[in-house]
This record gives sequence, structure tokens and C-alpha cells, in this order.
Amino acid sequence: MLRSYMTTTDAPHTDLITVIEPREGWVRLDLAELWKFRELVYFLTWRDIKVRYKQTVLGASWAILQPLTTMIVFSLFFGKLAKIPSDGVPYPLFSYTALVPWTLFASGVTNSAQRLVSSSNLLRKIYFPRLALPLSTVTAALVDFAIAFSVLLIMMPIFGYRPTIYVLLLPLFVLLTLVTSLGVGLWMSAMNVQFRDVRYALPFLVQIWLFATPIAYPSSLLDEPWRTLYGINPMAGVVEGFRWALLGTETRPGPMILLSSVVAALLLISGALYFRRVERTFADIV
Amino acid sequence: MNSGIEIRGLGKRYRLGARAERFDTLRDRLAHAMVSPWNRLRSVLSGHSTYVSDEQLWALRGIDLDVQPGEVVGVIGRNGAGKTTLLRILARITEPTEGRAVIRGRVASLLEVGTGFHPELSGRENVYLNGAILGMSRAEIDRSFDEIVAFAEVERFLDTQVKHYSSGMYLRLAFAVAAHLEPEILLVDEVLAVGDASFQRKCLGKIGDVASSGRTVLFVSHNMEAVQRLCQRAVWIEQGRIARDGPTDEVVSEYLRQWSGNRRSTYRAEEADAGGRAHLEFAELLDSSGRPSTHLRLSEPFVFRTRWYHREPVSGASYFLRVFDSRDRLLFSTNSHATDLDADESGFQEIDCEVVANVLVPGDYSVTVGCYLRPKTMIQQVDGALLFEVIPVPFDEATHVHAGAGALVAVPTRWTRRASRLVEPIAR
Repeated sequence: MLRSYMTTTDAPHTDLITVIEPREGWVRLDLAELWKFRELVYFLTWRDIKVRYKQTVLGASWAILQPLTTMIVFSLFFGKLAKIPSDGVPYPLFSYTALVPWTLFASGVTNSAQRLVSSSNLLRKIYFPRLALPLSTVTAALVDFAIAFSVLLIMMPIFGYRPTIYVLLLPLFVLLTLVTSLGVGLWMSAMNVQFRDVRYALPFLVQIWLFATPIAYPSSLLDEPWRTLYGINPMAGVVEGFRWALLGTETRPGPMILLSSVVAALLLISGALYFRRVERTFADIV
Repeated sequence: MNSGIEIRGLGKRYRLGARAERFDTLRDRLAHAMVSPWNRLRSVLSGHSTYVSDEQLWALRGIDLDVQPGEVVGVIGRNGAGKTTLLRILARITEPTEGRAVIRGRVASLLEVGTGFHPELSGRENVYLNGAILGMSRAEIDRSFDEIVAFAEVERFLDTQVKHYSSGMYLRLAFAVAAHLEPEILLVDEVLAVGDASFQRKCLGKIGDVASSGRTVLFVSHNMEAVQRLCQRAVWIEQGRIARDGPTDEVVSEYLRQWSGNRRSTYRAEEADAGGRAHLEFAELLDSSGRPSTHLRLSEPFVFRTRWYHREPVSGASYFLRVFDSRDRLLFSTNSHATDLDADESGFQEIDCEVVANVLVPGDYSVTVGCYLRPKTMIQQVDGALLFEVIPVPFDEATHVHAGAGALVAVPTRWTRRASRLVEPIAR
């Protein structure tokens, strides 16, 4: 249905024709429709943020606590006890720089996976492009990211670090994180509606992924070509990119980040297609 | 030709039980995938179970319907007849299994008031959020914002979180947002079943305005009066098919006739029933306003009135009532034992049994009425003397009853709060 609520004219739209019939197989993404509903995405994002900071006692501090405590634990166990190398960077800074984008990724995935199920009432009563829900959830995670990132900006001078000029490329790495997060989030949210055990598998998946990403350790532990192949995990590319742009480590993005980008794009496209394919059943089973 | 809505052969099949719980686990699917990888992977990806043998139910089948632009059509039928499914398909919330519908014009659907309202947000914020969810642009909401607020009568509380609103205010605000959508085609489902009488009048008036402004409206309701007032044409859906389609007055009166044939608000004895020591002459069900009725609103108190003819005085007689649900399960049973109703004189006796707290969930019920001589001698028992239906109400303000799916009873409750006097925590 081509709802044209977003146009500002009051002229009748009798030329608008909606055809409702069963769909079979893979469906096109219909990004044009999503674009028409962009204000909805904006409002849902805004609601997520607003409610999040209204409801929790700790409010914004949650955004900091999560990566910060993980950083402390990592520093103690991996940095101090296990003496894992950190590319010459003080270990706390080394791991926190990686945890900031990681938290953006992980909370985007976790929240969007829950999002459809927790919005079951919306799904059952109102039509709108379903993609708007995970999309707005992943976007809303950016606020937490910004807060955690500002802590990083405070930490850096304490450890005597200044961002390199390449910090200008940082938005690209953030974008890569969002794309990956949305891609995985789409898969997980759609599957969570279909399968009731996804909820249990998800924390496990995120946990494994955390250790499969060079957060507690540097990817320089690997020799080529394995280091480049490590880019199959897009978050590996992101994390090393962050360290390079902010801390000036020797992880200048090359073929690895290319590989990461390709994988992230594939995740996003396949996730969106899968989501669109199964969304027709959401209202009936959610 | 250029009808506003054109429906051909529309059908929707549900898997029974699919709704009650999410049936599949990924583990099962993956385990199957191990066995015959390609087929099973396809089943995971398609989202359709390939090994279902569940019972299936056609909620809607073979619907053909044309609605002209500007027509206001009422959709009536019993609970579960498929009315809401039809609306949900047209609103694109769920996909049909077969058939096709073509809609010309902007569509807005109002299946529930207040969907997407968030209790933590203020009235103002919720207007924007809900408007966006319903498909309005920010410019459109800006334009009708004052009107919405005035209609809802919540000016003073705009910046209060809606969780502090009374349910009346909440409903008014939620309806106001939806009422200010400006679609060419409006799909409305039973929204009038909530709120108090003045709220309902207001909503009805607003829908009437929309209808008379030349928009196309599809209006699902149990409220025959409202349907007759608003719609020129009515469509009666029975067991997923269109039973009748025509001028409202004709369709509604035929529907009510069939209904009362099926469902009895009154029972009258026939010649054959007379003859025993006593017999049931007449029975009726009175709703809360004291009128004979075949349908009751959720948690509406009501009265069973029976008239017995006693041929001779009997002492030690008790009257009883048993209420069964549509699957013939006994829900409750009550008798007049230990009251001063003993029929120790002959002639007509009128016996009222008042159901003080109606905890029946929406659905169909049948009533067995009888009289016995204590301890165990049956004088007469009439099965299915009365048949009635309890109609869902999304939320009842007075009793806080939800007609939530799956609940067995709808028990009225009262909520209060006071500062706790407990000085020390119990758990140490």
C-alpha cells in the first residue's frame, strides 16, 4: 500500500492503488515505502531514547557502566594476569577503545532481536513497514554510544594519547558497526518471532562473538593472511579501525576492512531480505 | 468499475494453536536440517514449517465485496465470524491466504485506540508518536494538534505522563488522534466498545462526521444501533463467508432474527411441557438496564427471570440454573436452596436470579433451568432454555477486567494504593 501521509498536500489521492494478495517467496525490499515512513522511524527512535532515560534510575550512566566494567575486568584478567599484548597501548585504553563500538553493535543486536516480540501489540493492530522497528532500535543505540565515546575522549589524554588525523574516518567505522548490527539484528529479530529458543541462544551468540573479536587481544597476534581473513568478522575490522584512527596503532585498514565491509553489506542485505520474507507471518504468530 | 474497495475471493487460513504459543524452536529446525540439509534449510528460511499437520481453520473464505467511494458499510456478525480478520487483511496487518483486494485511496485503520501509546511519555509526546504510528506526518499532526487536544479535553494535562491519566482521559486522547486522520478510506473495528456512554457518543459522532464527509468507511461493530445509524449498507459475515449484503435495515433485522432464533433471550413453554407437578412457563435474560437481551457486555451484571407454574403446592422445592459454555462445559451452577423461595403454594411464581458479578469471558453460553424437590427429585429441567453471548470489551473501566485471550474468567478487581506501614523489610 502506498500510503502517502508524508506528502503535505491535501489533494485527494484516488490514484493511489493498493493491491492486497498473498505473496510468495522472496519479496523486494520496498525501500521507497520505508522512506515514506521515515518520520515513524524517527519517532520510534526518539521514543526508545526518551523512555530509556526516563525509566532507569541510572539513566545515562548505564551507557558508560557496561563498557567500563568490562574494560576493568579485561584489564585485570587479560592485561595484568594473562599479560596479553596490546600493541603497545596501555591495556585499559586498548580494550575500552574496542568496547565502545562493540557495545554499540551488541546492544543494537540484542535490542532489535527483542523489539518485534515486545511490540507485538503494534504488529497486530497497525500496518507500517516492519523494518522500521529494528532500524529505529539500532539507531537509538547511537545515543549510548555517544556517551560511552565521550568517556573515551576523557580517557585518552589521561593516558597521554591524542587522536590521529584519521579520526576523521571514524564515522565510516561507526557506519560499518551500524550496518553489521542492523544486519545481524534483522536476522535475529525475525528469527526470534519464529522460534522461541532464539531468545536463549542470543546472549550466547553475543558472548562468543565478543571473544571472536579482537577486543581483549590484538589481531596482530595473527600472521597474514589470517589477519586479513579475520575481517570476515566485520567487528574485527571495526575494532582495529577504531584503534588505528584513535590510538595510532599499526592496524591501518587495508584488505581486512574491505573484507569486513563486504561481509557487513551481505549481512545487511540478506537480513533485510529474510526479514521481508517472513514478516508476513509476524502478525499471526507474534 | 472504480470502486473504493474491490475484493475478490479473499480467504485467510490459520493454523490452529499457532497463536497460542510460538510452536517452533530453532533447535528442532536445525536438527531436521542436519538430517536432510537442503530441504530443511529451505524450511528455516521460508518461515513455513514443511512438516505441519496441524489443524487448519479458514477464518475467511471466498469473500467478494465491492465498496463504492463514499459508501459507509457496516460489517456485522458473531464473535469469530471473520469480521476482524477481514479488516486486518484490508489494513495489511496480516496477509490473505488466497484471493485479492484492491483499494483505491489513502487507507487508515483504527483497530484499537491507543496502540503505541507509551505510559512513560507525556500526552503531547504520545500524540506525535501515535500520529506517526498511524501514518500522519509531523506537519499533519502540527496542524490538527489543537483540535486533537480540544476534542480529548486534556489541555491541562498535556505535559503529564499518560500513566497518570484516568482511563477516560487516556481513551479520549487516543481516539482523538485517530479521529483526526484524514484518509479516504477508514477501517474501524469495534472502537466504540470502550469507555463510558458520553465517550461513546462522542466517538460515534466523530465517525458520523467522517462518514458524512464523503469518505469510505468500513465499520465493524456489535452495536446494531450504531451500525443502523451510520451505515446505509451492511454486510453480515457468518463463519468466514458473506451471509448477506444489502441495505442496513434489512440485513440487521434479518441478522437479529436469525440470532434470536439461535440465541434465546426468552423461553416460552409449549403445550407438551405442561403436565408435571410444575413446569417452566417462561424464562428470560435481562441485561443491566432491565431489558431482555441475548448479548451482554463483558462484566455486565444481569438477571435470569423465570416464571413457573405450580399445579399443586410443593414444599421443599428448589430452583436451579446451570450455565454451560459453547463446548458444553459446566461453568457454574446455582440453586435457590436456603432461601425463602419454597413453592408452597400453587399458581405462577416469578423467580429472579441475579448474577451479581458476571465473570464470564466473551463467548456463547447456554443455560439450563430447572426445579427439583429436595433432596433429589427432579420436577423439570429445561436444557438450553436460554442462549446468550458475552461480548468483548477491550477494557472495562469500572472493574479493570481485560478480555485477554486465553483467560478462563473475567474477575472484577479494585486497585488501591496506600503508603506501606511495613517498617522493616521482610527479607533480610
